[in-house]
Amino acid sequence: MTITAGIDLGTSSTKAVLVNERREILGKSIRRTGSNLELAAEKTYQQALAQAGITAGDVDYVASTGFGRSTVPFRDIQMTDLTAHGQGARVLFPGTRSVMDIGAQSTRAMRIEPTGQVKLLRMNDKCAAGAGTFLVRVAKYLELTVEDIGALALKSTQPQMISSVCAVLAESEIINHVTAGKQLEDILKGAMLSIASRAQALLKRIGLEQEVTLTGGIGLNAGMLQALEESMKQKINYHAELGAYTGALGAAILAQVRLRRLRGGADVERTSALAAAA
Amino acid sequence: MTMYAAGVDAGSTQTKGIIFDDQMRIVGRGLVDTGANTTKASERAFQAAVRGAGIDPGDVKYTVGTGYGRYKITFGDTQITEITCHAKGAHFIFPKTRTVVDIGGQDTKGIRVGQDGEVADFVMNDKCAAGTGRFLGVAAQVLELSLDDLGPISLKAQRPVDISSTCTVFAETEILSYLAQKKKLEDILMGMHKAIAARTVSLLQRVGMNEELTFTGGVSRNAGMVVALQEAFEMPLNVSEESQYIGAIGAAIFALERAAVAA
Repeated sequence: MTITAGIDLGTSSTKAVLVNERREILGKSIRRTGSNLELAAEKTYQQALAQAGITAGDVDYVASTGFGRSTVPFRDIQMTDLTAHGQGARVLFPGTRSVMDIGAQSTRAMRIEPTGQVKLLRMNDKCAAGAGTFLVRVAKYLELTVEDIGALALKSTQPQMISSVCAVLAESEIINHVTAGKQLEDILKGAMLSIASRAQALLKRIGLEQEVTLTGGIGLNAGMLQALEESMKQKINYHAELGAYTGALGAAILAQVRLRRLRGGADVERTSALAAAA
Repeated sequence: MTMYAAGVDAGSTQTKGIIFDDQMRIVGRGLVDTGANTTKASERAFQAAVRGAGIDPGDVKYTVGTGYGRYKITFGDTQITEITCHAKGAHFIFPKTRTVVDIGGQDTKGIRVGQDGEVADFVMNDKCAAGTGRFLGVAAQVLELSLDDLGPISLKAQRPVDISSTCTVFAETEILSYLAQKKKLEDILMGMHKAIAARTVSLLQRVGMNEELTFTGGVSRNAGMVVALQEAFEMPLNVSEESQYIGAIGAAIFALERAAVAA
């Protein structure tokens, strides 16, 4: 059995996935990144290994991705989030041609080939509007936990629209809605629709092609997924179990591809694989 | 009998009231936090100014409302945009003003002013908190300081940090990481002021920067911001003691003009 690992070190959370050559997931783990990136990578990896019941020695190749990919000490290769997410989205939903990746601090829209290769990309990492951080702040403002807001927003019947583009100025609008006695679920839904409209604008610029797959942890928020589908008036793929792991999964699978290629020759030792990766 | 006129400037953060007598003298001032109810805040600012002037509300012949909440001022005779009022007010205090930089609680404006205090052109950012007073408010909160402390502390800076994020939300993260790196408070603060100043310059370039420059709005009370802006503009700035009242002053002058026409 050939085992590879994908480690996705994101701004907010770190994900690890272990797969075999049949693309079966042997173990996975997620935890908050915090300020020590190396530690986050190490711990997340160990957790995934423990779940799979193996040790680091059993893993043939490790691919890192995400904003902190170059700080993962035990990586054999690193790849951009785009490559990893494109691949991960294709594996989860083979019909995927457009990928929307909403992370904590950035939002990306990608058009991908049937192979998972990225054709076109538009991203916003300059402004918090449209990124996951906005939702976290809204939750904090309303004294709710991030876990609660998704289910709550589903109950909304009259979403309170937010006209500000800016995440900070939107907070004043939210306060106005609270002062005016609006329902929490309606305020939340309005905030989610505002994020959705920003993501949609990004997708428009790459020229939308069906199917659309959402990646990143934000999809676990059922209200957010619903807001996106309502805003775009279409079905959006989201893998409830693995959506947050899309980047790590893509990296692990690309590590399998890479390893096969390296072994394609005669007997290629892992050391030469390391050299090639460097 | 002396005639009085009033200007009320309902801003996003604070509401200001000014009373003028017919000799063009400021005889009363009022300043209150706007809060959630702009109508009430406007009344309170007006009443405070009237009390300050030692007159009766009935003595005020004409009232002009301005500011972003001007349509919520229920007692005014008319409303005039804050851009027009800031130009007028800045011209009154500094007659050679050709450019007004107004940094308020939630927006930033650049106004090109003509010889008589009329608006020649203007630019405005009210879409994004970066470069507005709100950015300072967020920073004060993160650093657990009062808004009034930011300027004086920042003036002690020797090696200002570089804030690279444009977005206020991301800048907040950047401030936290500088704190974690044990950077000095004053260096972080001056770095923030410089970041706002850089945004202001790029906004003002779109309207042209001609001397003299007058800095108005609540943020002009911040001495650190004045220094950062002067460095960024490479020009001296006029700052008045009355700078946060300038919109209300402009409105009161319009009120006086209209009261005179009516009389």
